[in-house]
Amino acid sequence: MTPGLILRPLLILLLLALVLRPEWFIPLFAPLAPEGGPVIYTRSSLLSLSLSHLALVAAASAAATVVAVTLAILVTRPAGAAFRPLSRTITNMGQTFPPVAVLALAVPALGFGAGPTLVALFLYGLLPIFENAVTGLTTLPPATMEAARGIGLSRWQRLIKVELPLALPVTLTGIRLSVVIALGTATIGSTVAARTLGEVIIAGLLTSNTAFVLQGGLAVGLFAVLIYDALVQLERYLARRMGG
Amino acid sequence: MIEIDSITKAYGAIKAVDAVSMTVETGTITVIVGTSGSGKTTLLRMINRLEEPTSGEVRINGDSTLSVKPHILRRRIGYAIQGHGLFPHYTVARNIAAVPRLLNWPKDKIRARVDELLELFSMDPAQFRNRYPAELSGGQQQRVGVARALASRPDLLLMDEPFGALDPIIRTRAQEDLRHIQRRLGSTIMLVTHDMEEAIRLGDRVAVMDGGKLVQYAPPAEIIAKPATGFVADMVGDVERPLRLLSLVPLSEVVEDGAAEGEPLPADASLRDALSACLWTGRNAVPVMRDGATVGRVTLTAIRERAEMRA
Amino acid sequence: MKTTGAGLSAPGLLFAVAGLAALLSPFMTLAANRIVAGEGIFLWNMASAGAVIPGAAAVLAGLGLGLLQQPASLRFAGAVLGLGGALWLLTQGASSLLAETGEYARVSPAVGFWVLLVVLMLLMADALTAMAPRPLTRGAILVAILSALGLILWSGALSDLSVMQEFASRRDAFLRETMRHLGLAFGSLAAAVVIGFPLGILAHRRAALRSATLPVLSFLQTIPSLAMFGLMIPILSWVGATLPGARALGIAGIGFAPAFTALVLYSLLPVVGNTVAGLASAPPAALEAARGMGMTPGQRLRRVELPLGLPIILTGLRIVLVQNIGLAVIAGLIGGGGFGTFVFQGLNQTATDLILLGALPTVVMALSAAIVMDILVDLTRRTPKDKT
Repeated sequence: MTPGLILRPLLILLLLALVLRPEWFIPLFAPLAPEGGPVIYTRSSLLSLSLSHLALVAAASAAATVVAVTLAILVTRPAGAAFRPLSRTITNMGQTFPPVAVLALAVPALGFGAGPTLVALFLYGLLPIFENAVTGLTTLPPATMEAARGIGLSRWQRLIKVELPLALPVTLTGIRLSVVIALGTATIGSTVAARTLGEVIIAGLLTSNTAFVLQGGLAVGLFAVLIYDALVQLERYLARRMGG
Repeated sequence: MIEIDSITKAYGAIKAVDAVSMTVETGTITVIVGTSGSGKTTLLRMINRLEEPTSGEVRINGDSTLSVKPHILRRRIGYAIQGHGLFPHYTVARNIAAVPRLLNWPKDKIRARVDELLELFSMDPAQFRNRYPAELSGGQQQRVGVARALASRPDLLLMDEPFGALDPIIRTRAQEDLRHIQRRLGSTIMLVTHDMEEAIRLGDRVAVMDGGKLVQYAPPAEIIAKPATGFVADMVGDVERPLRLLSLVPLSEVVEDGAAEGEPLPADASLRDALSACLWTGRNAVPVMRDGATVGRVTLTAIRERAEMRA
Repeated sequence: MKTTGAGLSAPGLLFAVAGLAALLSPFMTLAANRIVAGEGIFLWNMASAGAVIPGAAAVLAGLGLGLLQQPASLRFAGAVLGLGGALWLLTQGASSLLAETGEYARVSPAVGFWVLLVVLMLLMADALTAMAPRPLTRGAILVAILSALGLILWSGALSDLSVMQEFASRRDAFLRETMRHLGLAFGSLAAAVVIGFPLGILAHRRAALRSATLPVLSFLQTIPSLAMFGLMIPILSWVGATLPGARALGIAGIGFAPAFTALVLYSLLPVVGNTVAGLASAPPAALEAARGMGMTPGQRLRRVELPLGLPIILTGLRIVLVQNIGLAVIAGLIGGGGFGTFVFQGLNQTATDLILLGALPTVVMALSAAIVMDILVDLTRRTPKDKT
């Protein structure tokens, strides 16, 4: 755990510096930029791109969470049981669809910009969350469920007070997977003109400016790693509280 | 003959097994009994060097176990454990053939040996040879585990709580089978258990371990009648001592001439069985049968006298 | 199993409603040329009644069979019938629409067709789940479906469609990029196995190595793909410029090398992680027995741990293969080739058909790889009793 304690604040500081004060990195990136070309991407500020990138991911993941958890609750009730094999098939097949392909296929339907990216992130994000929420809701300890019935909780009370809290850690793992995929897919979203940090990388690729590629890649990579780590910590905390 | 010579296993300052010496005669069952943490399993595992002794040595028929590589040594020593440890991806035949295959026996010799062992354990080879462990009952799995341990005709069979995972009725049956097979093959067996009942039922000699030390090593009757320490007495259980003693004595030893009423008992039943039959049916004596013919009776008085003799 | 109404399948009802809605939506798009947006054409406007009615009837009959609760084989047949009907409608619509328009006009499937395709494929999957065919039967079904698809494409029945016209004008490039895509996905899988499998075995043996490698590999897995591909560029161009002979091997900042390296790095976690998990999945009692009977560590690995861990290890390879087929699309952005070339060209030119030409084969390839790998996993998981 000790490397994490030192590494985590260092990475956060590095990310903040990169996003807020990119000019500090000019000496580092200059050798990579083409002769006489710009070293730091200035068409948009890294900060605004970061915010728009994160907003896209947050919006898609939040919507995906709400819809996926609702669907998971539905198929784990007796009335929705007929749909469970189908939903499992859809999740298994859906996850083999490459995220890039989902994004590309959304363009003909929705045009360019943030729209197709948001839809692709949302659709793709549903799958891991739904899968994990169903796992969580169907693998509850039978003794606990029996006890919940025994003390006279209604179906609704059991769902709210027992089932959902107990399924939370597993569901959260699904949300983490989904967020990490969304961060990556959103980066590619700039090929369809969504405003994300991918824009910097793409600009670098198009103008053979490795300095751009590196600063965009570093920023996105740091965001992904730090957000992933934060969600892992949250899961650990919850698991500990539940005596896991 | 297995000679264990002042063997010790130390983990730092703690001695899991503390200078244990004992000799096991060829063709006998020795049961090592103790509570958990007594060092009984460590002692057993030092014999086939699954644990390396800190000091001391084990000699099998005069040869030190330290003189060969551990995996070569283990191929000469059968090993059966709790929960059978069968390979789930091998058939019954392949499981039993595991050690002969390691020893590169010819194929037809292995096949013959597998069938011989299955028959010995009353499992029809044609029916069971190609089954997988998951397709067997718990009792059958346990028997295949023991058959596998015996496959290469080892000098010695080590068993670590072999019946631990079985339910009580199957366990009694498995113990009887083991006793029967051991008599027939003349195998040398060392068996670890925490169950004194099992130790008394199976052992030609019983070794009681406590805190890493061997506290008593004697025939079962002596363990019951003259426990060396309070710990051994506790393990035997004061209340049940007379009954345990009676369970060691067959009716044939105290049968007397005369007639008795009611259901007869076979001559190899124990005095405990006879006592139980008397009390349950309100009789003072039970008839004793051998090979279908009544050979005499056993009376309550004779049972009491025998119990008072203490071994 | 809960039933809806008089023995109707609840998912079947959903499919029927969605399928009907699809039939009532624009089925095809007609555009004046390859770039401009087209206009949606409804089923009843796209061809003569004689051409549309048989197709629509087949679709309706298929959806109707899908309504049944049992038997699953009849529902499966319904899905096949429906797909046949949908394809019939597509070919009829395409030829009839093109017959009436100019030289540069393009027809393509519209939302109605795509929704119908998805619905019928879900019906097929739902029926197959209930039929629970054995692994080899599943393999045969996959081969049959892919052969049928290949036959239909080869026969030219769909060559009027816009996406097929894009294909026709790029036949050589398409074949080249297909091979490139396969090379990227399978080559990186092979490289990851060569590196990751021994690493997994070592990590299984040594806890210290395990706790050092797995976090690093999952850290790598977290980095977004575009960033990873991008970051490989400066690294590999440095390697290509510095290491003597590297450039001769084709190692450079742009092209195949950085894409391949990025894919290998992504593959390591599933390979190493699942190797470790697979080897650790052998029952402890079986391992104890193996040690107790005198197996050497190598014999334990070959005879006990590997055979028992194989399904989990193969599951890791499935993850890698499916993931790499998808990620290899990104290679198109850094000149690494593959189907991504068409996807990103299409996005640049806003040419939908070019996007489809890249995206559809990727999806088919990923789905087929997943099904094949699932079959392999199932075959190794079964106790081999019915293999004779």
